[in-house]
Amino acid sequence: MYKVVIGLEVHCELQTKSKNFSTAKNTFSSKPNENVMPVDLGLPGILPYVNKEAVYKAIKTAMALNCSIPDEVIFDRKNYFYPDLPKGYQITQVTKPVGRKGYLDIVVGDSIKRVDIHQLHLEEDTASLEHFNNFSLLDYNRSGIPLMEIVTEPCMESADEAIAFLETLRSVFLYCNVSEADSKKGQMRCDVNISLMKDTDTELGTKVEMKNINAFNKVRSSIEYEIKRQTAILEKGGKVEQETRRYSDEDEKTYAMRKKVDAIDYKYFIEPNLPPVKLTDSYLAEIKQEIPKLQHERIHIYTNTYGLSLYDANILAKEKEVSDYYNDVISYGTEEKMAANWVITVILGSLNKLNLTISEFKITPLMLANVLKLVNQNEISVNNAKKILYQAMDLNKDPMIIIKENNIKQIDDEEVLLPKVKEAIDENNDVYMQYLEGKDYVANFFIGKVMAKTNRQANPAITLKIVKEELERRKNSGN
Amino acid sequence: MEFTKMTIDDLKQQLNEAKISPKELYNTSLALSKKAHEKLNIFETIIDDFQMEDANSRISGIPYALKDNFSTKGILTTASSNILNGYIPVYDATVYKKLKEAGAVLVGKTILDELAMGGTGTTGHTGTVHNPWHMDRLMGGSSAGSAAAVASGIVPFAIGSDTGDSVRKPAALGGIVGFKPSYGRISRYGLFAFASSLDHVAYFTRCVKDSAILTNILKGQDEYDMTSLEDDNLDYTLTLNDDIKGKKLFYFKDICDPAYYPNSSDETMIETLTKFQETLDKCRKLGFIIEEVSFDKELLNAIYPTYMIISCAEATSNNANLTGIQFGPRGEGDSIDEIMLNARTKGFSELIKRRFILGSYILQKENQEKLFLNAARIRRLIVDKMTELFKTYDGLIMPASSNIAPKFNDSSDRLSEEYLILENHLAIGNFGGFPSITLPSGIVKEMPVAINITGPVFGDKDILNIAYKIEEILGFKGLVKDDFYV
Repeated sequence: MYKVVIGLEVHCELQTKSKNFSTAKNTFSSKPNENVMPVDLGLPGILPYVNKEAVYKAIKTAMALNCSIPDEVIFDRKNYFYPDLPKGYQITQVTKPVGRKGYLDIVVGDSIKRVDIHQLHLEEDTASLEHFNNFSLLDYNRSGIPLMEIVTEPCMESADEAIAFLETLRSVFLYCNVSEADSKKGQMRCDVNISLMKDTDTELGTKVEMKNINAFNKVRSSIEYEIKRQTAILEKGGKVEQETRRYSDEDEKTYAMRKKVDAIDYKYFIEPNLPPVKLTDSYLAEIKQEIPKLQHERIHIYTNTYGLSLYDANILAKEKEVSDYYNDVISYGTEEKMAANWVITVILGSLNKLNLTISEFKITPLMLANVLKLVNQNEISVNNAKKILYQAMDLNKDPMIIIKENNIKQIDDEEVLLPKVKEAIDENNDVYMQYLEGKDYVANFFIGKVMAKTNRQANPAITLKIVKEELERRKNSGN
Repeated sequence: MEFTKMTIDDLKQQLNEAKISPKELYNTSLALSKKAHEKLNIFETIIDDFQMEDANSRISGIPYALKDNFSTKGILTTASSNILNGYIPVYDATVYKKLKEAGAVLVGKTILDELAMGGTGTTGHTGTVHNPWHMDRLMGGSSAGSAAAVASGIVPFAIGSDTGDSVRKPAALGGIVGFKPSYGRISRYGLFAFASSLDHVAYFTRCVKDSAILTNILKGQDEYDMTSLEDDNLDYTLTLNDDIKGKKLFYFKDICDPAYYPNSSDETMIETLTKFQETLDKCRKLGFIIEEVSFDKELLNAIYPTYMIISCAEATSNNANLTGIQFGPRGEGDSIDEIMLNARTKGFSELIKRRFILGSYILQKENQEKLFLNAARIRRLIVDKMTELFKTYDGLIMPASSNIAPKFNDSSDRLSEEYLILENHLAIGNFGGFPSITLPSGIVKEMPVAINITGPVFGDKDILNIAYKIEEILGFKGLVKDDFYV
């Protein structure tokens, strides 16, 4: 058996109004070369202009990943020739990345593992290149989109850990509202570094790098394949080559691309067109304040403080918006477990059915909390509450207005009324005896009692029906 | 007064008094352009079409020339390099936009040393630019065409760029004013980058006041250039005549003194330096206090190599966009690498390739510390020392060049001890982003010689004031070669 050592380099496109160094729009577009300014084409004479929003979001993420933040923001040039790199250099950060030496705690199975973050830096995306038989096409929409790169230490030991890290990292992006992190749109991409070593080894084995893997499941299968491949080599007494490999979707295997000996010297130097910008304490404090409680913190609170199951906690904290919704419901006084049940079954269930996101949802946390208050006070039944909520969704109305308009607060719920009826009969056995004697009119007596018990909100017609049924039932069963 | 001698103000007065229309002014300038271009080889493109935006400014209706490394929408811009043959920009440089909006009339785009790299005016892809003072002599560069356009009286001002001395040196060799304001005073957006940390927009004028007028129009913060400075909202023409009595200037000890070169066989150099000493005397009479200052000789000797290291390194990266993929002539080849390689092999001259190879070598991981970073340290030492001196002195006054314009076949070794500092000290102005101005100070062997004044960063107003007062006593305002068009 060999010990697996995995390090990840994750690229994530930031969600910003404009590109990192130009005023072109940063939106996903299907029309090629639509969002392009001279800067994105690398035309002679252009100068970069830093997008403050991108810097802000990169620092925010770095803080959420517990990184130390430098005293100033500076950029470097990474020089190499490739047709998708119009300037012939990429503006990136080497000298002072916006984040260094951080960590992210992830849950793997039952335990928590700390993944060390080497650094987080801000750079720009390249154009996209599409190859055909005897020509290639360039689309500069992506050129200059702000890109964050997060580099972990080689500290993960299995595909499970790598996936858990990626998923947790993605939740950080979403919770911090810095990126959509949609791998289908190429907004989150990953390079995987993997090596094998014997348990007794003190030095890491030879590293193999797999570039640009989009989907998490591909990350998993590429790691699994590499573990098998490298194990086979080592077991035969061979040596793993230091190289870059390409993962192929079709056969779920990896193929050699280039040997490390051809490593490029990127001739980094500080970008002279972007003067250093000092980061003030007040600016950093402002960003810090913007970082919400992250997923794992919320799960911890849900399970430990609220007593929810880990399963429910995971569902609630999966998306920040849902978790915020749930927290809001609680803040209006609903008991935590009750709120969890309702949010998970009724709200999330409906969202699924209606194919809506929670931000598009018209029932506010306050509305839900108000309805649940009535349920708690036995003023409406659970079933009725559900009915009202569904109706509110359909009619796009405040459920409390529906309750008022339909006078639903007058209790017409048999489930609520029946126990009251039973109580009334049990407490007035002498009157019941009169019924047995054939005095049917005593039913009115019991209705009066139920009215008293429900603050006169019971529906008289329904109550009369229930009273008659119950009296008959008792009579027939010989009580 | 003849058109060729008129300053912006002179021409403006003619326009204001309706003695001439902007169109007529342009036509005069255009006719001269064609004549002078035939003799001297000045232009990449002559604008054969009068175009003026409706504006009322101190330069509205005034014809001018623009170096061909400024992006001009719809107008061919080649930076005098084959790699940009046929390149028509899609956007305007901020400088060009401001001039257009101020109503200035573009007469032509001028030849430069290829990609602004060079100091001779001989390396542009359309051939050598000649000096109107003597056809066999260099104009100097890299803003050679713009210098020649003003020196031959075609236009009262021309825009250039200055990375080491690319405006201030040719200004000296052409007997005209060359002004480079502080780094950031004027936006570089749209100026084809040579070495970004050293590049400045600069210009040639017939007199100091015109430089002040242009600075007023061109300065100000630009959202497209993060290194541009907030506008100081000063009108630089208002303080030109301020009293300079008691202002202190310094020059580098030894090297400016003819006695320092007892064995020199270079007569004109000795005469140039003698003239410089005479100029100092005149300045003293005017009320300046002028002192010599010893400056670490090793640092001064390091100016040229430091300049070369930084500029080549930045240039190799700045010009990496020239691959023929996005624009410019496409190379041939079967692979993308081959296509880019062939475009660059064909598009650049040998001199440029040499600089790129140097730059690439300098930036290599194993050389960065020794070459690139050490050069940056030396730059810092020089700038710090200058800044220290500027606490005591209002400016540095030096001969702008050690000599008159050299002949084309002159093979003198400009790296020899004799010339090393005198020919390269202007780069100090680029190292520190200092405002720096060259102005004619005399005639040696029927050729102009000049002085340069450099001041503390952001002290543009004071440098213009000092230069204006010196210009007054020297009496070379509006200098042109009298018989050029004869």
